Amino acid sequence: MKYQSQSIAKLYFIAAIGLFVGQILFGVTLGLQYVIGDFLFPEIPFNVARMVHTNLLIVWLLFGFMGSAYYLVPEESERELYAPWLAKLMFWIFLIAGALTILGYLMVPYATLAEITMNDLLPTMGREFLEQPTITKIGIVIVALAFLFNIGMTILTGRKTVISLVLLTGLIGLAVFFLFSFYNPDNVVMDKYFWWFVVHLWVEGVWELIMAAMLAYVLIKVTGVDREVIEKWLYIIIAMALISGLIGTGHHFFWIGAPDYWQWLGSIFSAIEPIPFFMMTLFAFNVVNKRRRDHPNKAAVLWALGTAVMAFLGAGVWGFLHTLAPVNFYTHGTQITAAHGHMAFYGAYVMVILTMISYSMPLMRGKQAGNARAQVIEMWSFWLMTVAMVFITLFLTGAGILQVYLQRYSDTPLGFMATQDKLEIFYWAREGAGVIFLIGLFLYIYSFFAKGEDVVMPEAAVAS
Amino acid sequence: MNTAIIEQEPKLLPGDLAIWFFIFMELLVFGIAFISYAVVRVQNEDMFNQFQLTLNTELGAINTIVLITSSYFVVRAVHTIKNHGDYIGCSHWLYAAIAGGGVFLVLKSFEYYDKFSAGISLSTNTFYMFYLSLTMFHFLHVILGMIILLAIAIKAQRGGYSASNHIGVESGASYWHMVDLVWIILFPLVYVMR
Repeated sequence: MKYQSQSIAKLYFIAAIGLFVGQILFGVTLGLQYVIGDFLFPEIPFNVARMVHTNLLIVWLLFGFMGSAYYLVPEESERELYAPWLAKLMFWIFLIAGALTILGYLMVPYATLAEITMNDLLPTMGREFLEQPTITKIGIVIVALAFLFNIGMTILTGRKTVISLVLLTGLIGLAVFFLFSFYNPDNVVMDKYFWWFVVHLWVEGVWELIMAAMLAYVLIKVTGVDREVIEKWLYIIIAMALISGLIGTGHHFFWIGAPDYWQWLGSIFSAIEPIPFFMMTLFAFNVVNKRRRDHPNKAAVLWALGTAVMAFLGAGVWGFLHTLAPVNFYTHGTQITAAHGHMAFYGAYVMVILTMISYSMPLMRGKQAGNARAQVIEMWSFWLMTVAMVFITLFLTGAGILQVYLQRYSDTPLGFMATQDKLEIFYWAREGAGVIFLIGLFLYIYSFFAKGEDVVMPEAAVAS
Repeated sequence: MNTAIIEQEPKLLPGDLAIWFFIFMELLVFGIAFISYAVVRVQNEDMFNQFQLTLNTELGAINTIVLITSSYFVVRAVHTIKNHGDYIGCSHWLYAAIAGGGVFLVLKSFEYYDKFSAGISLSTNTFYMFYLSLTMFHFLHVILGMIILLAIAIKAQRGGYSASNHIGVESGASYWHMVDLVWIILFPLVYVMR
């Protein structure tokens, strides 16, 4: 760690991992509610647990992005953070606001929460993933603006690199597209239409820039490969991600009441979306193969390669599976979507943040890399979580295919609930994989505390 | 000595490898769109034939000549820098090529103005949906190509390229030829073939 203010990232990362645990606990609860419908009812009904599961994910990923930016930007800009105090202040504001929101979901009925938070003054609540009370949304905007100001000033007054500029572009996009969450038209078609401006343009647009910049940064650090080579890849990847991703929004407009032409535009452009992810996989393996040094942090290299592969599978392959309009006609909103959602979020965004944490946490604790035993435990947690996620995805895909057949394709279609009964075996299997994931997560946390001998690399191997 | 040997080896692709990944991606998108057009056309032949007649083939043909001429200017730009190291001359050819792109955009805008005043939109019918989205997507590429050429022309004017270092000019030229190539397929496919 070269600059003192980089250590602010630690706060953000600890909070992120804490919320991650919460997300997975609710995930395991939800998984059980699929098969035991009244589990924890009426204390935590399914709809509330689902809202907490997805909202915690978004909030902890935002913590992860911010922490990563606070770590990465000073080093790229070759200066201290513009205002470290502001970063700390925003951390506490965001954490308290986030915690209060989640408590609000759990303690009072959603309608009461809307009343308490005066949603009627500017109604924005009640939409999937954007359930946050309006005041929380305003809080998110304030935190995002302060964050962008801090990061932006650091970048603009310091060394400007391709990585930090791509990251900044992604983060500005994140803030700008979130503003659509305040637009809540009465017309349900228009509402859904602009809802996707937040949801799709985040995860299939600007977040990809953030992810690519973070991955490129870690790869430069752990491989010592020339910046010029990595920057060239970065340019192509983000150009492809934007060309395909922006118009690719159309794959959400097939059946919501938007004009017909979206079926063509959405199908064609989103069919291209796997390519930038495939390029990212090629890029990561290429760079690691051409490495000019062996970094002592083997776990971070594993996470970086894992991110590239899993993002391609989860976002690329599983996305393509149901993105063409004629296919999506049958699969829309089934467990196929859930399968894609799980692996894409894990492979692209969860893993890239864990990559950043894996690389930077030892440095913030005054070491090049975690000790040998800690790294072994961390790599075990990598495999447990990743393999568990592969199985969650496969079981949900199995459930989805059967669901499509029974409910929508066969000559004698069953109703929704009757179909769900037939999927029980898949849901039980998914729950099992979910528990393995939770164990992997606990192991991951344990790896930060594991004692052992420091990894010392020969001088020649470390020097670039 | 080593570098001299490397320079003598015939290169497979002019310009930077990165631009070729990009070009490949672009051609893939257009390729899928052209195939989709062909498939839908077969299913709606009468309708497509009827509405193709409403397109302005003359303007389209003039635009084809404009783009091919502009591509020729880019060829001259590469030739000038590569064989003579004349960066000022190179930049002049590039500006001429950009002007060609500008003429294309102006003529195309007349065509769009005509169609939009007739109340035609993406939702009018499947033919117009393809016509508008394909040509507009290409229109955006002409703009992007012009921006790329402009960046290269400015750098060339300042002496940023030479007879031995002109990979940027070749990369930009390759991209511009791609924009041209797509139009050469698009024009007969959408305007002419019936």
